[in-house]
Amino acid sequence: MSARIAAPSREVVARRARTFLDRHAAMVPTFAALVIFVALLIGAQIHFGNFLTPRNMSALLLDNAYLLILAVGMTFVIVTGGIDLSVGSVMAFTGIWCAHLLAEGHSAVLVVPLIILGGAVIGLLIGVLVQYFDVQPFIASLAGLFLARGLAFVVSLDSIRVENEGVLWLQTTRWRLGEWYITPTGILALGVAAVGAFVMQFTRFGRTVYAVGGSEQSARLMGLEVARTKVLVYVISGVCAGLAGLVLTAYSGAGYPRNGIGTELDVIAAVVIGGTLLTGGTGYVLGSVVGVLVYGTIKTVISFMGAEQSWTRIIIGLMLLAFIVVQRVIVVRSERRR
Amino acid sequence: MLELTGGTVYFGADAALDGVDLRLFPGEVHSIMGENGAGKSTLIKAITGALPLSAGDLQLYGGRVRFGSPHDAQQHGIRAVYQEIDLVPNISVAENIALGSEPRRYGMIDWKAMRSHAHEVLTDLGLDIDPASILGRHSLAVQQLVAIARAISTDVKVLVLDEPTSSLDLDECAELFRVIRDLKRRGVAILFVSHFLDQVYEICDRVTVLRDGKLVGEYLTREFLRIDLVHAMLGRSADSLRTRSRLHVADGRKQPYLSARSVSARSGITGADVDLVEGEVLGVAGLLGSGRTELARAISGIDKLDAGIIRIQGSDENIAGPRSAISLGIVYSSEDRRAEGIISELSVQENITLALQAERGVLRRIRPSRQRELALSWVDALDIRPPDLDRPAGTLSGGNQQKVLLARLLALSPRALVLDEPTRGIDVGAKVEVQNLIGELADNGLSVMFISAELEEVLRIGNRVAIVQGGRIVDTVPSDELTVDSLTAMVASPDGVA
Repeated sequence: MSARIAAPSREVVARRARTFLDRHAAMVPTFAALVIFVALLIGAQIHFGNFLTPRNMSALLLDNAYLLILAVGMTFVIVTGGIDLSVGSVMAFTGIWCAHLLAEGHSAVLVVPLIILGGAVIGLLIGVLVQYFDVQPFIASLAGLFLARGLAFVVSLDSIRVENEGVLWLQTTRWRLGEWYITPTGILALGVAAVGAFVMQFTRFGRTVYAVGGSEQSARLMGLEVARTKVLVYVISGVCAGLAGLVLTAYSGAGYPRNGIGTELDVIAAVVIGGTLLTGGTGYVLGSVVGVLVYGTIKTVISFMGAEQSWTRIIIGLMLLAFIVVQRVIVVRSERRR
Repeated sequence: MLELTGGTVYFGADAALDGVDLRLFPGEVHSIMGENGAGKSTLIKAITGALPLSAGDLQLYGGRVRFGSPHDAQQHGIRAVYQEIDLVPNISVAENIALGSEPRRYGMIDWKAMRSHAHEVLTDLGLDIDPASILGRHSLAVQQLVAIARAISTDVKVLVLDEPTSSLDLDECAELFRVIRDLKRRGVAILFVSHFLDQVYEICDRVTVLRDGKLVGEYLTREFLRIDLVHAMLGRSADSLRTRSRLHVADGRKQPYLSARSVSARSGITGADVDLVEGEVLGVAGLLGSGRTELARAISGIDKLDAGIIRIQGSDENIAGPRSAISLGIVYSSEDRRAEGIISELSVQENITLALQAERGVLRRIRPSRQRELALSWVDALDIRPPDLDRPAGTLSGGNQQKVLLARLLALSPRALVLDEPTRGIDVGAKVEVQNLIGELADNGLSVMFISAELEEVLRIGNRVAIVQGGRIVDTVPSDELTVDSLTAMVASPDGVA
């Protein structure tokens, strides 16, 4: 009886699966990341017994807000087939600059737009180098990395405390719902992710980003604004880095010029784990959100275990390796189909 | 409707297009004919805004226009579908059709409207596929039709189709022609470029013939005999270019140097048998995408074999890659000279000695004086011009770059030479030289596999011709039993039989 019912439905399922694959093959790595995330949460809950608490989960978003914002910008860049190594340094620079300006007594209303603009300008610089001077994104953003890090040290060699109430408000305010809470920085991060996902999915600019990543030559022949798009993705990444600088400064209550050394690599790892192909053309902002959450969860699990935080890096490294291999397999298999 | 007068395009110092006129009329299908390198693609790119005109006047509806980019041309209703499919493989079919002019609602892309619009256009083309599916998951033929769907989905006035049928089968061609006739009725001016004469005669009203970047003339197809068309394209009787008296290999059938049996490769070769006989040139004829390049790559060890064996002088050999192929005396020259052959920045000398040094290994360095001597002797032997060893190879003309490449391979003292389109994109004079050279090499006992898109050339150089279709060798025929026409028919026909 049950077999008779199961047989046709299996066929339907197979057909649906096929249609789904034809339409959404690119989502598979993102789903894999989601599965890993859920498995991590469940595994940690079973092991520790007190992992899936509202407090812990709320902290996950709070602690990784800056990373999330950086990952959104990075997703745009990587989908075009580029890379932005400057984000960690730009974040440090805008953070220390923010703290410095506030300490000098300027109003936050002025300072915040200014530092975001600072991030945008560095992004613009990288974008122009990539697009008009035909510099490899790796090299152009490496130059951006050094420039921003240098600027951070020019602003100050030591950390600067932030006493501005407006900026501290971003971090200290907790809107509560029972045991759950969220800070303005968390809302900011989620907002950036939502806007990023919307732009990627529902605007011409966003679709052009995918087209450029798929085939720049074709996109140009299709009459799309390739040059503008390629410059803009770096500007977006720069703006995100500027915002992340603000969030990190609020989070730590101070600006510090040595912040975010190596953060760009964490961001890239999170984006790749979230299912964005480094070759460009495939990826989702929401995937990167999942990637950041996986990263954050691993970090939390390690600290729960009381182990060295260097294990976070090791595990992330192994996961990254596994994901890149899986992605290569997917790419190679889809090429073979043709 | 569209009129180009005195269109000229320079690439560096060479005119790829020299004072060419072209007229397109509404509701008419126009074809540009010419051999490879005659300037067809350049002309198309010039009127679609992909290349700027160095000189000349382009008029649309009697008004002068100037296109700075393909985008400009598209704004004027000029749409092009290129030979290499210029779509983006990683996004959906519907998006590929709509990209750049997506329907929007409240400033957001309206996915539903985009899909239903795509569905309409595709049904119009007789194509039943899911508009939401990812383009890259479809076959090339479907992708080609999607490209056409993209072109006609907007208000198109001039539609340029550059070799649209090269990846289509007969049914799909018929479907395409139906669409073309339909567009014709709607008053669209169509520029249809194809090297299939049959198709040109079937669908085109008017033909413009180009040769070496210059205009030969404009004719009405119904008044223009095929033989005259071919003559106009070649511009010379085929005999004048006759390069070598075909040397018949001794009747006793020499032992093949390399023989491949039922070779299959994942790149798209199934069950191919190839014999490269000493002193003989095996021509390989096939259309683009027939598997001719894949065949060459498979037997010269570039691509891995899935099945089949390769015997060298009668003994089975396992060719693990280009290195082991070279050690067995098999060398391969790619069709993509710039990407997979010449290293533009290195000097002529370095380019020539590169492979030899690689074969000897880093530790056994060839003395500079010896390198120079070696390179000089090749430059001399192959008449590479200018005979300047220190010049960066990228600054040489195409023909001389090809000779440098040949010199590099010959420096390895190979026994079998696999040449993929060695004469592509080089001027006529250099072409003849390269052809002669290949002939001489074969006369000296080398086995040569010669691939070319120009059937005439394959026929002229090859002692035997292997016809490739859909990844299979459908037949191997001695070339003196073939004519260009019969070979064309065999290459083009679906089952390889004339």
